[in-house]
Amino acid sequence: MHDKTIAELATALRGGEVSSVELTEHYLRRIESLDGCLNSLITVTAEQALETARAADDARVRGEAGPLTGVPIVHKDIFCTQGVRTSCASRMLDNFISPYDAGVVERFKAAGCPVLGKTNMDEFAMGSSNETSFYGPVNNPWDTERVPGGSSGGSAAAVAARLAPGATGTDTGGSIRQPAALTGITGLKPTYGRVSRWGMIAFASSLDQGGPMARTAEDCGLMLNVMAGFDARDSTSLERPAEDFNACLNSTLRGLKIGLPREFFGEGMDPGVARVINEAIDFYRKLGAEFVDVDLPHSGLSVPVYYVVAPAECSSNLARFDGVRYGHRCEAPKDLMDLYMRSRGEGFGAEVQRRIMVGTYALSAGYFDAYYLKAQKIRRLIADDFRNAFEQVDVILAPATPTTAFRLGEKTADPVTMYLSDIYTIAVNLAGLPAMSLPAGFAEGLPVGMQLIGNYFDEARLLGVAHQYQMGTEWHQMAPAGFE
Amino acid sequence: MEWETVIGLEIHAQLSTKSKIFSGASTAYGAEPNTQACAVDLGLPGVLPVLNREVVRMAAKFGLAIGAPIAPRSIFARKNYFYPDLPKGYQISQYELPVVGRGQVEIELEDGATRTIGVTRAHLEEDAGKSLHEDYHGMTGVDLNRAGTPLLEIVSEPDMRCAREAVAYMKKIHALVRYLEICDGNMQEGSFRCDANVSIRRKGTDKLGTRAEIKNLNSFRFLERAINYEVERQIDILEGGGAVVQETRLFDPDKGETRSMRSKEEANDYRYFPDPDLLPLDIQADFIEQVRASLPELPDEKKHRFMNEYGLSAYDAGVLTASREMAEYFEQVAAALSGQAKLAANWVMGELTGALNRENREIGNSPVSAKALGGLLLRIQDNTISGKIAKEVFEAMWAGEGDADQVIERKGLKQITDTGAIEQVIDQVIAENPSQLEQYRSGKDKLFGFFVGQVMKRTGGKANPAQVNELLKQKLS
Repeated sequence: MHDKTIAELATALRGGEVSSVELTEHYLRRIESLDGCLNSLITVTAEQALETARAADDARVRGEAGPLTGVPIVHKDIFCTQGVRTSCASRMLDNFISPYDAGVVERFKAAGCPVLGKTNMDEFAMGSSNETSFYGPVNNPWDTERVPGGSSGGSAAAVAARLAPGATGTDTGGSIRQPAALTGITGLKPTYGRVSRWGMIAFASSLDQGGPMARTAEDCGLMLNVMAGFDARDSTSLERPAEDFNACLNSTLRGLKIGLPREFFGEGMDPGVARVINEAIDFYRKLGAEFVDVDLPHSGLSVPVYYVVAPAECSSNLARFDGVRYGHRCEAPKDLMDLYMRSRGEGFGAEVQRRIMVGTYALSAGYFDAYYLKAQKIRRLIADDFRNAFEQVDVILAPATPTTAFRLGEKTADPVTMYLSDIYTIAVNLAGLPAMSLPAGFAEGLPVGMQLIGNYFDEARLLGVAHQYQMGTEWHQMAPAGFE
Repeated sequence: MEWETVIGLEIHAQLSTKSKIFSGASTAYGAEPNTQACAVDLGLPGVLPVLNREVVRMAAKFGLAIGAPIAPRSIFARKNYFYPDLPKGYQISQYELPVVGRGQVEIELEDGATRTIGVTRAHLEEDAGKSLHEDYHGMTGVDLNRAGTPLLEIVSEPDMRCAREAVAYMKKIHALVRYLEICDGNMQEGSFRCDANVSIRRKGTDKLGTRAEIKNLNSFRFLERAINYEVERQIDILEGGGAVVQETRLFDPDKGETRSMRSKEEANDYRYFPDPDLLPLDIQADFIEQVRASLPELPDEKKHRFMNEYGLSAYDAGVLTASREMAEYFEQVAAALSGQAKLAANWVMGELTGALNRENREIGNSPVSAKALGGLLLRIQDNTISGKIAKEVFEAMWAGEGDADQVIERKGLKQITDTGAIEQVIDQVIAENPSQLEQYRSGKDKLFGFFVGQVMKRTGGKANPAQVNELLKQKLS
């Protein structure tokens, strides 16, 4: 049962082969028996999940079931869930029970999807390996000595290990695509503004975007159909006509122009990764796609620009965690300054503190122009690069990550090395474009992700290009040993 | 050594919207602590601001009223600092691109002179909550009802030269926001308050002296006293060979002095940057024209109309248009008295204002309505009563004893205009005061008043004074 995709499970539910309660119980049992060695979930919400499952089965009897009614999922613990701890994997919010649901959570509730639990992640989504979580690292199901990537590492590992058929994630600099690549699943970061940020705890507001993580492109499309849509509570939410993101799954790729950015195929890429990506290019060529070299001349500045803009926004976004109204408060503060310093010093981990300090510095009087303002200018140039490229091509293909999953602890000593693991994903967030990662093969037994980048609002086309690949390959069907 | 004072004001006017600037919570004053603070106002994780469009309309109204350009694009920025009553750890404000650009207002001083005061800018921002230090046994309570209340911060140029000019400017802005109906102007509740930047320099020099900023002045009187104290303090420092430090100061109304709150070195670096949760505020030209068309008659226009239409002096017209309510009251009274606007003006500015001040009432709560006052003044106009008797009638009306005609009737205050009756009284008075008559006739003119007084006394003040004068002159000659 757990080997089925969301699309297959939906069909099985519709056909009465299985009930939502049976399905939910099955996944809860898998979590119970298998998550011990992964640590992909921070909170398991079995009771609520079963309650929703019962309601879903009832709705089906009444003829009121929607496309995903009864399909269980998991939410990244960055989405606020009413009555359930919403920790952001931080000690700061270990005691925080959200009084309201995020927009995304509401939508999955309305769709009738039981929520099995809240997934582990890097603290406040700051990290690329899931090692900054207050609840401990997540292990990669393909090799439990290795990281699953981050920050949506728990969501990725849970889907890869078949503990849930789909998960929500968020992507600020690669946090959906990089872990999807490292765990061999499919993940989509939509166009900025597609998915409501209401109730999605902010890391860097101008970059954060929620998106689906599942095993196939088709499943991501089904989830995006639920997640996307205008939300008046988010001023950056886009008002667009409703669309079926799976409308182009079967479109032909003949004549499709795919761009290959020279800058993404240079030094630093692991030879195993390069081989897999080249095989994927050959595959698309056989389907009739044409390849064009494109230039993204400013993409080399993406990492430095990102590490000014994102920390700057985070330093301000995380100021509300002050120990006054909710969250961690230190014992017996002797005065206000002590309350602030110790509550925040104890509540935040090292990486979060590092970024708050970097961001505070970048926004400070005398440095603002040289860092923040300059970074914003380069950000525009990076977006212009993509705009120019999309005048020549329909989609861009690139590796999702320079290497496969690295060992736990391998990069924690040097933050810059860690930051460079997002080198191929960050530019997309700075430009606000949609992009996805899908499994394209293995290098030394570990999954390799291919990245497809689309023009603004081109999610349906991206999903079609990915689906055609998955129709002709089996990489997305591979299950890690022990989790089949 | 002669010193010149330089003052600039930052006025915070709370915009009278029903809901907050970035959330749907109510802005009503006086609710139980934290009952009017929603998830957004509390700064819960994951919440986002959405701009209340009504504040934009209000800001545009103000901008147009002071002749300022309305920015086609303005930006909301975050002002970052930590304080327990600032839930997000930043205040959403406008920094580099405010919604209202440079404008000006004209103020009138008591000697009739006018001055133009520049308004540098006005921008939209959210208010913080309130820290409550009493009743918590050494702890601090936080009430977030006020958090997110919309404010228009109106920043002046350093154009004022004394406390009285500053007060006149603050009153002018106060009148303006109330005319525009964008702020209730309630200073006790903090809906209208200001910070004053005060510095001094040697007369004749152009360079500004080091300034002190006096925070949170919520009455015209406090503003005047705080500035006067501060000017003296700075003069003492400079004349004693010292230097003024740039700092923020608080005014203590009980002691009548300002004291240091924090110096420039301790000041926050607010790390302003554009709020990524809010889009730039774009304002279309047709919206501005719509707002322009909705503007009421403004104080200056009204004042000039009063001067032309009613023949009032600049001073009277200025006083009567100081508030929209007073101007409306005056116009209703004047309408009742065809052609005698001056009588209406004198009564509104005199008896009525005196009685209101005595009981600390607003004109809207006057026990004597404009219509009732008009009815009273009509009786002066048609000689039913004298002006002096009218004051007695007014007091009775104020005390709720009925309208003018009822009071005149009940108290028998109708004026005596029968020449025969007045002559009779005059004859009696002359007969009873032979020595005064002799003195008067021998050249002591001043005694004329004595005879008038006696006649009025004997008639209970009801004799028509003009007739009394006329007849006395004849009889005494």
